[in-house]
Amino acid sequence: MTLLDQTGPNPGASAGKGKTEAGMDFVKKVQRYIPGPLIGLILVSVVFSVLSPYFLTTRNLFNVFSQMSEIGIMAAGAALVIIIGGIDLSVGAVLAVSLMLNAWLYRDFGVPFVISTLAGLALGAFVGLVNGILSTYGRIQPFVATLATMSACSGLALFITNGSPVTGFPEWFSEITSARFFGLPLEFVILVVVYLIVAYWLYFRPSGRALYAIGGNEEVARLSGINTRRAKVMVYVTAGFLAALAGLIVGSRLDAAHPTAGVNDLLSVIAVVVIGGASLSGGSGGMMGTFIGLMIIGVLRNGMALINVSPNLQPVVIGVAIIIAVMLDRRAATR
Amino acid sequence: MLDSAPHSTGLHCRGLCKSYGQIQVLKSVDFSVLPGQVVALIGENGAGKSTFNNIIAGVVKPSEGQMWLDGAPYVPLSPADAIHNGVALIHQEIRLLPELTVAENIFLGRQPTRAGRVDRAEMVRQSREILRALGVNVDPNRVVRGLSMAVQQGIEICKALLRKPRYVIFDEPTASLGEADAELIFEQVRLLKQNGTAIIYVSHRLDEIMTIADHVVCFRDGNRVADWDGASVTKEKMINGMVGREFTFEHRAPEPSGENVVLQVRGLSRGRAFRDISFDLRQGEILGLAGLIGAGRSEVGRALSGADPIEAGEIRLDGRVLRLSSPRDAIEAGIVMVSEDRKGLGLSLDQSAARNIAQPWERSLTRAGMVFPSRIDALGSRQKERFDIRGQMGLPVNSMSGGNQQKVLLAKWLVKTPRVFIVDEPTRGVDVGAKMAIYEIIRGLAASGISVIVISSELEEVLGLCHRVLVMSEGRLQGDLPRDAATPEQVMALAVPGADGAAKANGNIERGGNGA
Repeated sequence: MTLLDQTGPNPGASAGKGKTEAGMDFVKKVQRYIPGPLIGLILVSVVFSVLSPYFLTTRNLFNVFSQMSEIGIMAAGAALVIIIGGIDLSVGAVLAVSLMLNAWLYRDFGVPFVISTLAGLALGAFVGLVNGILSTYGRIQPFVATLATMSACSGLALFITNGSPVTGFPEWFSEITSARFFGLPLEFVILVVVYLIVAYWLYFRPSGRALYAIGGNEEVARLSGINTRRAKVMVYVTAGFLAALAGLIVGSRLDAAHPTAGVNDLLSVIAVVVIGGASLSGGSGGMMGTFIGLMIIGVLRNGMALINVSPNLQPVVIGVAIIIAVMLDRRAATR
Repeated sequence: MLDSAPHSTGLHCRGLCKSYGQIQVLKSVDFSVLPGQVVALIGENGAGKSTFNNIIAGVVKPSEGQMWLDGAPYVPLSPADAIHNGVALIHQEIRLLPELTVAENIFLGRQPTRAGRVDRAEMVRQSREILRALGVNVDPNRVVRGLSMAVQQGIEICKALLRKPRYVIFDEPTASLGEADAELIFEQVRLLKQNGTAIIYVSHRLDEIMTIADHVVCFRDGNRVADWDGASVTKEKMINGMVGREFTFEHRAPEPSGENVVLQVRGLSRGRAFRDISFDLRQGEILGLAGLIGAGRSEVGRALSGADPIEAGEIRLDGRVLRLSSPRDAIEAGIVMVSEDRKGLGLSLDQSAARNIAQPWERSLTRAGMVFPSRIDALGSRQKERFDIRGQMGLPVNSMSGGNQQKVLLAKWLVKTPRVFIVDEPTRGVDVGAKMAIYEIIRGLAASGISVIVISSELEEVLGLCHRVLVMSEGRLQGDLPRDAATPEQVMALAVPGADGAAKANGNIERGGNGA
């Protein structure tokens, strides 16, 4: 059973093509690799740079990235969950409970900060594990399973300290979010590293690529020899872990752990993934799109703040952006 | 030909064309059907039948051409408009809401009201009337879930007939039905015909076309290529008209040379699905698994390919006992199965053909732990060439015709050379041309020494391909017939449960998309 001795790229394949054909190929490639949302991002950025002279300054752009980093890290996990056709409502609550656990262990029990941080991350992964097991072996719809864990986690986050925030992290920890890494905000660097790792897994590793097959048709994937349950559990664990990681950034920025931190982020997270071109029915989406979706939401929020749009109106604009993005995506898909 | 003047009664089409972009799917087609007449429409998938139906039913607009309905120009703007004009299309797929009652389904969206509320009594009364008129024996008050496919198809027809259309298009109404069940549909067509309804009847089953059609029109590549009188047409004429060349079921692989047994199955059982199945499969042998639908044939295949767990029994491959706890185990051992349900179990329709083909093999396609798109594409084009797949390997599979999808599915499971190749209904929903190509692929596999199990409801297919036929009935193996002994009568007698099997056989055996 020798496999694919001749599957390497064939260097002679394009030799005979005429010039126009090569040109057509180029246009097709550009269409394939420049996702629709990118055009939206460029449009939005152009509009704001006209409306506000401050928009296109380095400092402001760094602000955009920093403000969006925790949502972005959660969105990376959410994108994976949405690709397999699931949904994770618990990310915001996981952010809160893992951060609270971390701070509580550190302050009230004198646990070394590194250990308490690892405990927080482990809790995030554990909630993801519960989500994954409930929605595979437990045969509970992911919406319901994660709704339940969301409720439980936000309750626990409040219960730990009876609702009061915890302050006083080590100094070096709160400096993470003001640190620069080759001139870039460190949290942005973390965000990009997360995206690169997830993208590598999703595009180049068989177990990551299998997620698209699972989202497309789970039974087809299973019959193709993919361990679908294990893959799904892995995805929820990853999403939980990334939510806890996002919690660290929130904690560092605020130098405090609030039991309700991240609770309002859930809808932004899902919006980012959807604007990035993923379908909630699964099988589509990717890290490039999600990243662009993140930038769109970030630029919209930042730009509206710059030109003094009422904060109460901003969600309305985000809502409109979601609809426009999804409609454009549908049109592109049916064309 | 009966193409009468457009300004008379009946539905008349002149020069209908339809193109999508540069692809012309319908090329200047003329067509007529008169009240009380059944015109059958045949052709391979992609011949333009569906496009033609959709034009008449107002789903798509023609690029060129004209239509007349009972003397007046007919330009349907939408399906609703077509129905308003008395033209109804009955879809091949059943689209009933399983949790609603039969009557609620029939009246969906147009319930009779009294004083602003749905008049349930009237709805049930009318439903009962129309169900009785069409010979569908079902209580209008029960929910649809759990009803047989035949009854559901009957309800679908009642739904369409509620508006009393004068022109009805049946798009493969029997595609999902057995022969006995199909009889119910024929009866309904005859009743409609007697009432003076004009009927366009699309089907791949040539036997039934000979039974009910007054006139047969054949499409090929978007052209109307031939037409015959219903009384005088033969199967051969129709097949040759559709394919444009000769068709045969006979694709005999050479007799397996040695006695080299590849697969030994002993006492295989799983719940109520099948019990005590034992057989041997030699190298290069094509073994047919025949029987009625529900006899447990597919389930045996699924167990052998690791899709379902077995409860008792033993599978030996090359003498070694196999433990299959997942499809992965079977794939690694070299047993692969092409499932009957291409859309539900075989392919991810939204993904590209190349990616579908690579799916089971991605781990072995890695270089430094990574899968590169170029390798997937290369594998795609290699399989495209090897299996003569017509279509773009980089586009989603659902952009391909049924025959090409089926070839993609075969190509997916033949990336590596398997030891045992199991195919379930290899040519379901596939047109005649692709059918022959698929038979040729299976024959070639066996000739190269691969052992093949063919599960099929189409008896001609089993007899045309296989060296040996196993017949199953109610989960048990009833017989093991060498090819020469396997006559249709023999197989049917074994397939039908009970002592008087042979007598019932003719009425009940499922012969699938017969003839084509």
